Amino acid sequence: MTLQVRLKHQLRGFALDVDFEAPQGLTVLFGRSGSGKTTIINAVAGLMQPDAGRISVDGRVLCDSTQGVRLPPHRRRLGYIFQEARLFPHLTVGQNLLYGQFFALKKRTRLPDVVDMLGIGALLDRRPGALSGGEKQRVAIGRALLAEPEMLLADEPLAALDEARKTEILPYFERLRDEAKLPILYVTHAPAEVARLATTVVVLQNGRVVRQGSAADVLSDPSVTPAGVRGAGAMLEAVVKAHHEDGLTELNAAGIALFLPRVPQGIGDTIRVRIAASEVILSRDRPEGLSALNILPGTVEAIRAGGGPGAIVSLRTPAGRILARVTRRSAQRLGLTQGISCHAVVKTVSIAPQDVGRA
Amino acid sequence: MTDWLTPQEWQAVALSLRVAVWATLAALPLGLLTAFALARWQFPGKQIVNGLVHLPLILPPVVTGYLLLLTFGTRAPLGSFLAELGIVFAFRWTGAALAAGIMAFPLMVRAMRLSIEAVDPKLEQAAATLGASRTWVFATVTLPLILPGILAGSVLAFAKAMGEFGATITFVSNIPGQTQTLPSAIYAFLQVPGGEGSALRLVLVSVGVAMGALLLSEWLARRVARRVS
Repeated sequence: MTLQVRLKHQLRGFALDVDFEAPQGLTVLFGRSGSGKTTIINAVAGLMQPDAGRISVDGRVLCDSTQGVRLPPHRRRLGYIFQEARLFPHLTVGQNLLYGQFFALKKRTRLPDVVDMLGIGALLDRRPGALSGGEKQRVAIGRALLAEPEMLLADEPLAALDEARKTEILPYFERLRDEAKLPILYVTHAPAEVARLATTVVVLQNGRVVRQGSAADVLSDPSVTPAGVRGAGAMLEAVVKAHHEDGLTELNAAGIALFLPRVPQGIGDTIRVRIAASEVILSRDRPEGLSALNILPGTVEAIRAGGGPGAIVSLRTPAGRILARVTRRSAQRLGLTQGISCHAVVKTVSIAPQDVGRA
Repeated sequence: MTDWLTPQEWQAVALSLRVAVWATLAALPLGLLTAFALARWQFPGKQIVNGLVHLPLILPPVVTGYLLLLTFGTRAPLGSFLAELGIVFAFRWTGAALAAGIMAFPLMVRAMRLSIEAVDPKLEQAAATLGASRTWVFATVTLPLILPGILAGSVLAFAKAMGEFGATITFVSNIPGQTQTLPSAIYAFLQVPGGEGSALRLVLVSVGVAMGALLLSEWLARRVARRVS
């Protein structure tokens, strides 16, 4: 199933004008706050009416301004996961989960399956007020799934959670992306979530789509990421080779060995690793006597100097593109220019659990 | 239980209860609708509706009673029209209920409006995305969440209706067995020599009913609040 979105809407300060498709898998609407992401997702849900446009799922029209079609939200067959969970406080967790299924025509999804997948069996008789933020969000995911949706919408579902809770929830979205046979539209401004989850990324700036592509493609271009140089970081794919006894996992990235803190994936699995540009050190010669375990040889592809003292160096390595955030002074001192060979050094411990996910 | 009240006193208590129950029940749906309109809807003349609803709270009760007499009296156009349909308010217990209902209406609407404004519309949106139509959203999300406010408003209205005096006596007079409610009876007993005993007993009943209503509403509100939080 594919979600097709084309809409125009006048917002305060700028006009929203977008046209994109969200195929099966997880499509991230990526952009800074105020770029129109939430307006788009609410238009898809039917919670706001765009000035003009057409939204459809595999030809089923949800909204078409020229035909005067506008389905109310309750007839759009969607599952919406909000930032603040929005569980019904007067119902138990179990009743919350089954709320949407009561209205669904075909009841295919089974409560025990969803409860198992999300690990919320012990919570069923509790009320939402007694749950932690992470538990609430897991229940909200289950509630959306049990409504028998034809697409899932998620509006910054991790933004209100702390780092530990984010790490707890991220794997569930990976599973939805891989196992649920429906399009997922996911709004975020966090590059780490894009790196871990996105099959397709739609980058928004001031109400317009400035880039559309795969996560690796979009993340390696700091000019389009919403956080700019500060949040820049490239994404590599690698295969798990071994789990060592000292707590490290060895990866094989196109022949280069990478070491990470132990990851939960099994040997042979392909995983995605996001390497933040600010955690990468560059060296012209292959460094010796260095504590860092990950050294990737490559060639300088481009250098983008920002307004401040920093620059982003983009390096092509056999494992993929790596971004490094260094000062302009260092770039000059190393004599970095396009085509020069160089090594990227990444500390193992600088890679956090939420930077690693299933490919 | 009736031993310690004389038949006339008992009559006043029973009539007051009947008047207050009917006044509350009749005001409930209209009060809920009004509270909803004031809390959620935007319409021209909203401030005028708001003013009209609150008017009985501010006007001297005797003025409200006299206005009712002018509107629903047997010689008034609306009153005589309703009389032809068999609905008579003037000098009947139904009139006492009407007067009590109108006097209690602002209190009821205020309590309900506050509870409606406290409901997060985001929860209603969430229910809609899960497949609930407007009616279902109201029945399964909005209504349960505002139930404490509805109960509190009803109890307040009931207590106000039990104690209504000025508008009632102006509109429907003070006829024993017909329109002599509890406060009217206390007033009447205090006007005759030797009536203090009866008055005092009715005062005790008044205090008892008021306290009972208050405790009941607190208990209901706590019960519902526990369910919600």
